[in-house]
Amino acid sequence: MGDNPSRSENASAGDLGVTARHARGAGTGVSPSSFEEPPFGGGGALPKKTRFGMEAGFRGLSVAAGAMVLVIIVAIAVFLISKAVPAIRADNENFLTFNQWFPNETEPRFGIAVLAFGTVLTSIIALLVAVPIALGIALFLSHYAPKRLATPLGFIIDLLAAVPSVVFGLWGRDVFLEPVRNFSAWLNEYFGWIPIFGGDGPFGRSVLLGSLVLAIMVLPIVTSLSREVFLQTPTMNEEAALALGATKWEMVRTSVIPYGKPGVIAAVMLGLGRALGETIALALTLGIVFNISFNVIENGGNSIAANIANAFGEANETGRGALIASGLVLFAITLVVNMAARAIIYRRREFRDSAA
Amino acid sequence: MAKRIEASNVSSYYGSFKAIDSVSMVVEPKTITALIGPSGCGKSTFLRSINRMHEVLPNARIEGSLTIDEQNIYDPDVDVTAVRRLIGMVFQRPNPFPTMSIYENVVAGLKLNGVKKKSVLDDAAEQSLKSANLWNEVKDRLGRPGAGLSGGQQQRLCIARTIAVEPQVVLMDEPCSALDPISTLAIEDLMFKLKDRFTIIIVTHNMQQAARVSDKTGFFSIDKTGDPGRLIEYDDTQKIFSNPNEKKTEDYITGRFG
Repeated sequence: MGDNPSRSENASAGDLGVTARHARGAGTGVSPSSFEEPPFGGGGALPKKTRFGMEAGFRGLSVAAGAMVLVIIVAIAVFLISKAVPAIRADNENFLTFNQWFPNETEPRFGIAVLAFGTVLTSIIALLVAVPIALGIALFLSHYAPKRLATPLGFIIDLLAAVPSVVFGLWGRDVFLEPVRNFSAWLNEYFGWIPIFGGDGPFGRSVLLGSLVLAIMVLPIVTSLSREVFLQTPTMNEEAALALGATKWEMVRTSVIPYGKPGVIAAVMLGLGRALGETIALALTLGIVFNISFNVIENGGNSIAANIANAFGEANETGRGALIASGLVLFAITLVVNMAARAIIYRRREFRDSAA
Repeated sequence: MAKRIEASNVSSYYGSFKAIDSVSMVVEPKTITALIGPSGCGKSTFLRSINRMHEVLPNARIEGSLTIDEQNIYDPDVDVTAVRRLIGMVFQRPNPFPTMSIYENVVAGLKLNGVKKKSVLDDAAEQSLKSANLWNEVKDRLGRPGAGLSGGQQQRLCIARTIAVEPQVVLMDEPCSALDPISTLAIEDLMFKLKDRFTIIIVTHNMQQAARVSDKTGFFSIDKTGDPGRLIEYDDTQKIFSNPNEKKTEDYITGRFG
């Protein structure tokens, strides 16, 4: 009884479909010869399968594309290792722990410790600054801003991602330096008793400046990816929370953030990837000093990529090998970070997969 | 527990589109009221207007008055979240929170209300799951994802989640349309059981279901696409299905019109 109405609806929809098909058949003018071929499922021998059709061609193409990724990765690894190993052999100090960088001397002495430390420190500070802001912007764009505002604002954020890093570097060095120097002096005056804000200057071209510039560069990636995942939260989950009497923020907390968490972690890791590999902006803003210090406001700081940019020009054979070895370490750090991120995402996979 | 809902001249809009026109009905406590009618006739819109879920959509608004035990649901001073806690809702498709376990799903509403004590939450979870006829099936795997259950179990989980916050009224928007007949029967049994404690309003496309479970039935219809839906007839279920006053109702329930 209850099904009748919907059945009649379906019937009328079906009729329309048939008419449309007929119209198309007549319009394109199917040649009469096609009627002589046996119809699908009709009499005659079973048709032979095509041997070299589009199917095989496309399959080959996609396999080749997939294989190329592996080839490129292996080629890069082989290149890095083959250049790095002789240089590390020539090193008269422990490559992992020594904290100076003199690879161009007749008795090369260099170590990665300072550079690796600086790379990780600037990246972590940059993320600590950028991620909360980025998530705030993403939530605002996806759930709070009126559409008229969200669309242009999202566009501007994406534009920020398109600014070349050298521009950020120059801006940081020439414009942003001054406010950061003043801020550093202020921090030093009032919070100098905290070791990271200690020291007696000079301030400015510091880890803080580099990290803040990095943060601005990382912001758009994390923001736009997080916004995308937040927007994908199923409406029915949001409504479930609202119908339980959740306020907007509670709704965001119970349905949007948990749903978007794997995506947000992926976004943060991409941001971290960019921060770790960032070269020229840090080369222009950091003080380039070889020592391990947690002080973030005094002139100083260094990173693997920035050091490569600064030192490559005047490097000799061993020097270049040493720089490539440092690149290998950067590669390893990025790899570890990515694997850790995957581990986090996969840990609660059961919950995510059953949701799909 | 249960409360009385009174709608008078309720019209709901999506922007400039009028979805329902001037609906008036009184729903008595501890009854089941079924809303039937063809697709697009505004039954769900009316249902969502009752717990102010309608206004979640952009530009949606209503005119007229809706009260629960004489209190105006749309009073500007009323906290909308309080209204929704008072008037719970079960949706068409089961929508457990995908990232939460069965247990977390059931107590999600309580946690939103600030209940933190584990013993209280444990009790509420057990009681609600028992009320929803789901306890025996899930008691050994409360930590498993809620979305891993079958469709019918998920829907009962959603009912458990809704009644865990002890609402006065439970709205159900085609709760069985995504379920097989056995799960449907389980939900219908559950509705009878819940009737002792809650006022239930259910939207359904299944007229046998309306006839089976409800005390009163409201028939909604539209004249043509684009027109607002209207409440054609609202009466005892018995009367609607045996001897309706309106010709339109009769045509619809006998399957001559839809």
